[in-house]
Amino acid sequence: MAEVKLFGSWGSPFSRRIEVALKLKGVEYEFIEEDIYNKKSPLLLKYNPVHKKVPVLLHNGKPICESVVILEYIDETWEGPSILPKDPYERAMVRFWVKFLDEKCFPAMWQACWSIGEEQEKAKEEATEFLKILEGTLSGKKFFGGDSIGMVDIVANFIAYWFMILQELAGIVVLTKEKFPKLNEWMNEYLNCSIIKENLPLKDKLTAVFQARFQAVAVAAAAAAPSVK
Amino acid sequence: MAEELKLFRTWSSPYSLRVVHALKIKGLEYETIFEDLSSKSASLLQYNPVNKKVPVLVHNGKAICESLVILEYIDETWKQCPLLPRDPYEKAKARFWAKFGDEKLSSSIWNVLISQGKEQEEAIAAAVQNLKLIEEQLQEKKFFGGEKIGYLDIAFGWTANLISILEEIIDLKLVDEEKLPLLSAWMQNFSDDPVIKQCWPPRDKLVVKFQAMRESNLKTVLSQ
Repeated sequence: MAEVKLFGSWGSPFSRRIEVALKLKGVEYEFIEEDIYNKKSPLLLKYNPVHKKVPVLLHNGKPICESVVILEYIDETWEGPSILPKDPYERAMVRFWVKFLDEKCFPAMWQACWSIGEEQEKAKEEATEFLKILEGTLSGKKFFGGDSIGMVDIVANFIAYWFMILQELAGIVVLTKEKFPKLNEWMNEYLNCSIIKENLPLKDKLTAVFQARFQAVAVAAAAAAPSVK
Repeated sequence: MAEELKLFRTWSSPYSLRVVHALKIKGLEYETIFEDLSSKSASLLQYNPVNKKVPVLVHNGKAICESLVILEYIDETWKQCPLLPRDPYEKAKARFWAKFGDEKLSSSIWNVLISQGKEQEEAIAAAVQNLKLIEEQLQEKKFFGGEKIGYLDIAFGWTANLISILEEIIDLKLVDEEKLPLLSAWMQNFSDDPVIKQCWPPRDKLVVKFQAMRESNLKTVLSQ
């Protein structure tokens, strides 16, 4: 029986964060693919009764939930390349930026892709503002973590990959090479790292899923729209 | 050897209070700068340019922002009276529940404050569900941290401070001694702790403040 299990989903950036971290540390694990849209397994609901989400890491029978919490747990439990720095102030900076990414950037960027009209314009403006702040932190650094990828880089995965696919499908222009040269450089370096490259969902598969969702959203919006006499 | 330790806070901010509690438990000397959020100081904006909020801890010129981040910084920098558990799994649980408190629990309590009638009834039911989940984490312990106040007690401290204020304003009980006995006892134990007690903001001022928040939010909803 595997000592380490990961309940995840092939398309989820949160799930992929954990796979990167485990692989970085050289930890052997069993991956359990969850069908998060249609039917979550009884085990997932047992191990994450509060949020009922992936990822969930199961270590010696004990579940750990929330990707950011899991990342810190992995860093504290296994030897190998550090995910967080050692210095308390540097660690505080990492935790600050991770919060910024998940609580500010991700929601705004996600909203910018999936909303319409005024709501979308507002989300695009917010996303742009947040990305500008992130761009500013990259001065003179190859990665957010310095010379090698760290927790901030791992957590920023949705920017480098998922968002780039989504913004094109949504027909919006937010993150461009011209407006964000440093982020663009970071994305190239990041997506070139073997540990990142080898742990991304297939672009075609992800595109197909997103396209289907865009169509479903459009159909629902049309059905909800008042009929014209 | 004098270390520079400054805390930017407001008189009422529950997030700032977390840092006050942590600093006091660790027995640290620090300078307090009270901010008026309607007119933020140049220093605050310099130290927290991204979020422009309190609390901000400045230690030897370096600024740390976000209360839970500050708690971990304090615990990692000053080793006396540890706040977080040592065991990685226990630590992960504490971090998970602190996040839950700040996300699901606090928004459900907020919804109770700013609603009325049927909507408020539903909000109360949701909030009580979340409070039950928190109570389950106490088990037989006096504090979430065990015998002593720890990180999770400090993270949940706002419930001990503000829920009774909310109950007074809406004239309804959220934390019923019968339905949530362990949580009820914890709130009392936490509030009675000498270190915590001396830091509580003035109750009457808090009632006025939250009453005003409720009224302005209800007015906004009615005018939509």
